[in-house]
Amino acid sequence: MQRPGSISPWRLLAPMLAIMAAVVGYPVVQTIALAFTDARLLGGLGSAHWVGLDNFIYALTDANFLSATAHTLYFAILSVGFETLFGVLVALLLNEKFRGRTVCRALLVLPWALPTIVNAIMWRLIYQPDFGVLNAVLTQTGVLSGYRGWLGDPDSAMNAVVLADVWKNYPLVALIVLAALQNAPADLYEAARLDGAGAFRRFQVVTWPVIAPPLLVAIVLRSIEALKVFDIVYVMTRGGPASATKTMSFFVYEESFRFLRVGSGASYALIVVLICMVLVTVYMRLLRHGQPA
Amino acid sequence: MKRSRLASTLLYAAVLLFVLVTLAPVAWLLILSLSPPADLTAKPLRFIPSQIDLSHYRRLLDFGANTPGEAFLLGLRNSLGASVGATLVSMLVSIPAAWAFARYRRRAVTATLYVVLATYMTPAVALVLPLYFMLSALHLLNSVTGLIIVYCAILTPFTAWFIKSAFDALPDEIEQAAAMDGAGVFKTLLYVSLPLARAGIATAALFALLLAWDEFFFALLFTSNADAKTLTVTIADFAAGRATDFGLVAAAGLLTALPPVLIAFGLQKALISGLTTGGVKG
Repeated sequence: MQRPGSISPWRLLAPMLAIMAAVVGYPVVQTIALAFTDARLLGGLGSAHWVGLDNFIYALTDANFLSATAHTLYFAILSVGFETLFGVLVALLLNEKFRGRTVCRALLVLPWALPTIVNAIMWRLIYQPDFGVLNAVLTQTGVLSGYRGWLGDPDSAMNAVVLADVWKNYPLVALIVLAALQNAPADLYEAARLDGAGAFRRFQVVTWPVIAPPLLVAIVLRSIEALKVFDIVYVMTRGGPASATKTMSFFVYEESFRFLRVGSGASYALIVVLICMVLVTVYMRLLRHGQPA
Repeated sequence: MKRSRLASTLLYAAVLLFVLVTLAPVAWLLILSLSPPADLTAKPLRFIPSQIDLSHYRRLLDFGANTPGEAFLLGLRNSLGASVGATLVSMLVSIPAAWAFARYRRRAVTATLYVVLATYMTPAVALVLPLYFMLSALHLLNSVTGLIIVYCAILTPFTAWFIKSAFDALPDEIEQAAAMDGAGVFKTLLYVSLPLARAGIATAALFALLLAWDEFFFALLFTSNADAKTLTVTIADFAAGRATDFGLVAAAGLLTALPPVLIAFGLQKALISGLTTGGVKG
């Protein structure tokens, strides 16, 4: 539509762009600059020296950072994988007609709305090694012979964090898929059924094409979030035990705010950003094609 | 189409499992918060409290020097201040911007819209160090004002994107009619578009509040004591360490979760449409 009246859009955009430039644009540029220096948190920026690519070379040859990268990928693949699986299954379930369906759909919002920190605290309490309910239930039903420190054991800590993350975040996938399912053409199901298509074939031919595009958006969105994971790890394990749950964002945090090596921290941060940016690009393409902008 | 008996049974079994898995963790938090302290460390564990004990809630809502209540209530104050403040600032700047995004189809404007969206996805770690130096230079570390400023980095791209879709949904004719009556752009926006899009704008504001309320990373790094620590940081402090008061932590967690959960239940329909247009992220 042609604009009634004539005013430059930039006058309307200016206040927002000014704020964004101050709190996003300028910081991003400065992070890039910092990554090439040996700046320290307390020395201020004045004492920083240009060190070229040293930080990046150090980061990419640092076994600890590489293992943090591996932990992050493990977390992202496992949690997004299960969130997708449970998201689709629960969406299909709640798309069926049954009594109490409306209540169940409302219930799906509960984990989504729970603040990440509260979710992390809740699962920390559930996993608590001495008095936690998980240990109590598993031993009292005879599944486990004794109490375990779920978050204290390097073998189980990351999986325990993943479970907590999946519980909170699969509803996002389920809600998106459920909304898509409601747009699925009912007469097509009927036609497929009359043609003698079995349940699996009906899913493949009728359901899947309807849910696949929004599902893809949800997966990309969740992957971006999972790759920058910090909050849940901070509260549940602080990166431990023995660095088993230390993720890339946690590494940036420690390098910058515990060891005060801001320049090096910035280079880690940029690596996180680059990995996320790949997915952000995919996401924007999906959105641009998905809706008539 | 009628279901067979077997299919029906399986369906209801699956529904039951879903309800159980969704409710059990939160129910356990509620039980912890209402149990007398002795129950929480009993072995074998008591699954049903021996009596309903409100002492954890009472301690949280009781304001005394150096008590958990003081930390919690000051955290509540700071969270409210930071969330409401950042939401107000974000709404103020993103309403005109969203309207420009919705009404001007120039290439540069659309490109800007996508830059804003990319900003929304930018990891906080990319901003945190310069923001730290910035707040430090402005003497705004450990202040609610400082949090309001940095929260705009998270809220503004979201509100701009969300409100744009609210304006997109308005019929063009009404604005054109206003323009023909000689109303300028600002008048049209203020008296015609804004009231018509008020439901969408209110929804954006509520989601922005949710985003700010949940924020943890910036608050953790930019605050250091009860002057500015938000609820998320305060309750994370409560939960840290081995010898924690489980009942108190559970009660604090539930109280912190209450406002967003209520908002989310109230906004269910808007939430789902927001999710499907990509405006709301996890």
